[in-house]
Amino acid sequence: MSLHDFLSQAASKWLKDDGPESDIVISSRVRIARNLSHQTFPMLSTDNDKEQLLHQVIKASQTPDASRLGPFEVLKLDELNDIDKLVLVEKHLVSPALIEEKGGAVLLRKDEEISIMVNEEDHLRMQCLLPGYQLEAAYQLANQLDDAFEDSLDFAFDEKKGYLTACPTNVGTGMRVSVMVHLPALVWTEQVNRILSAVTHVGLTVRGIYGEGSDAMGNLFQVSNQVTMGQSEEEIIGNLHSVVRQIIDHERKARRFIVQEAHGRVEDRVCRSFGILAYARQIDSQEALQRLSDVRLGIDMDIIKGVSASILKELMVATQPGFLQKYNGHEMGPGERDSKRAAMIRERLRTDSN
Amino acid sequence: MLCEECGKHPATVHYTQIVQGQKTEYHLCESCAREKGVAAYEAIAGPFSINQLLSGLLNFDPAVKERMDSPGLQCPECGLTFNQFKQLGRFGCPNCYKAFDPALDSLLKKIQTSDQHVGKVPKRRGGVVAVRRQLDQLRNDLQEQIRLEKYEEAAHLRDRIRELERQVEP
Repeated sequence: MSLHDFLSQAASKWLKDDGPESDIVISSRVRIARNLSHQTFPMLSTDNDKEQLLHQVIKASQTPDASRLGPFEVLKLDELNDIDKLVLVEKHLVSPALIEEKGGAVLLRKDEEISIMVNEEDHLRMQCLLPGYQLEAAYQLANQLDDAFEDSLDFAFDEKKGYLTACPTNVGTGMRVSVMVHLPALVWTEQVNRILSAVTHVGLTVRGIYGEGSDAMGNLFQVSNQVTMGQSEEEIIGNLHSVVRQIIDHERKARRFIVQEAHGRVEDRVCRSFGILAYARQIDSQEALQRLSDVRLGIDMDIIKGVSASILKELMVATQPGFLQKYNGHEMGPGERDSKRAAMIRERLRTDSN
Repeated sequence: MLCEECGKHPATVHYTQIVQGQKTEYHLCESCAREKGVAAYEAIAGPFSINQLLSGLLNFDPAVKERMDSPGLQCPECGLTFNQFKQLGRFGCPNCYKAFDPALDSLLKKIQTSDQHVGKVPKRRGGVVAVRRQLDQLRNDLQEQIRLEKYEEAAHLRDRIRELERQVEP
C-alpha cells in the first residue's frame, strides 16, 4: 500500500472493526519498550547513531520470524509534512513525542495493528493496537513481536532490573497496557470519579483521552498499568483485566439504570445531539466529541437505529485537526476546520442512511 | 476571544506567567503559543512532566544526597553524570543503571513499588536467568526444610542446588 493510501485511508483496523465488548471498550493496546545494549538512548544519540539504529531495526524486521508478523512499511518522520505527522498521532500510531524530535521513524503494518516507533524516548517502542476488548490477543502479538526482534537485536537486560529503559518509570517489563473505554452512563450518573479514583489504588492509572478527569471529552477514558516492575506481564494484564471487567459491569448497570429512571431525558439528549450533528454548519472538536458520544450511547441503547456504531471512534479521529486538513487537502485555521468538521460529520451520517 | 498576538484566530491557550512577582496573563491561539516558546508550551502540555516529578523525588532521597557529595559519579559508557540524571529524570544509556546503582534502588521502590524484575526474560539469556531464579527458590526451600528439621528433604534439595550451581557457574 502506498504512503498516500496509508495516511488518507480514514480508518486503521482498530477504527473500522468491532471487537469483543465494543459497546464499551473502544480499543486494547500493548506497548513494549526495548533498547539495545551498549548504545546511548535517543536523547543522547547523534543523527548518525539514530540513522544506524533505524537501519538495524529495519534489517531485524526482515528476518523470517519478524516478516511473518509484517510486512512493515518504514516511515521516516523527518520526510513527512506536518499534517501527515499529525494524522499518525491522531490515529494513535505514534506518540506526540516522536514527531517532536529529529530522526524518529515508525514501522507500520498494513492494517496498522502493529506500529514500531524507532528513536522515540527508547530505541524501540513496539505497539499492538486492537479494536474492542482484546488484551490477551494484543499481548500475544506484542510478545511474538518482541521475540522476533530479539533474535537479531541485543536488547539491554539486567537480571535484577529487567529490560532497561530511558525513563525509570518503564524499567522492568517495559510494558504499558491500556484499554480505551467509553463511559457515558457512569459520567451521567456522576459515578465516574469515584470508580476511577478507586482504580488508582491498585497500581493502575486513568486519564481522559481528550481532556482530564470528569471533563474528559466524549466520555472517553484510558485505563493503564502504572507500574512496570515487580509484576510479571501476566500479572499486569490480569490486574487490568479484572479492573476493566468491573468497570464494564458498572457502566452496563448505569446504562440500565438511566434507561429506567431517566429514559425521557436520555432520549431527548441523544436525539438533540443527533439533530445537531446532522444539521450543524460549524462545530468545534469539543462539542463534536460530546455529541458523538451521545449518539453512540443512543445507538447502544437502541434509541437511534440505522447508524453504525463505529461512528464514534471513526469520527473522533477523523474530525481531529490533522485528519480534517488531510481530508480537505490543505492547511486550515480553526474557523475553517469547524465548518469542514461539521460537513464531514453530515456526510458520514448520510453514508449510513443511504 | 481572539488571540492577543495575531488577533486573527480564537485564543485557545490561556496561561499566567509570573516573573519576579510580576503576573502577566496570556490569551493566545495555538500557533502563536507555539512560537512563544516554553512557558506557553507548558500551558498546552501541562505544567508537570514526569521528569520534573522524578527529579523532585530524587532531591528528597537521603541516599541520593550522599551520592551527590561524590561529584565525580558518572556513567563511563555515555558520560552522563548523576547530577544530569537528577535534572533530566532520564538515563543516557543502559549502562547508567549499573553506574548509578546504589542510589537507584530506593527511587525504584518509590516509583515502581519494587526494585526486582519478575517478568519476561530474553530467550537468549533465558537459560541462565531461569536457573538462577530457580536456585534462589531452592535455597529458600532448603532453609525452610532445615528449620522444620526435615533433613532428608533438605539433603535432597542440597544435591539439586549443587547440580544447578554447576550449570550456571562451570
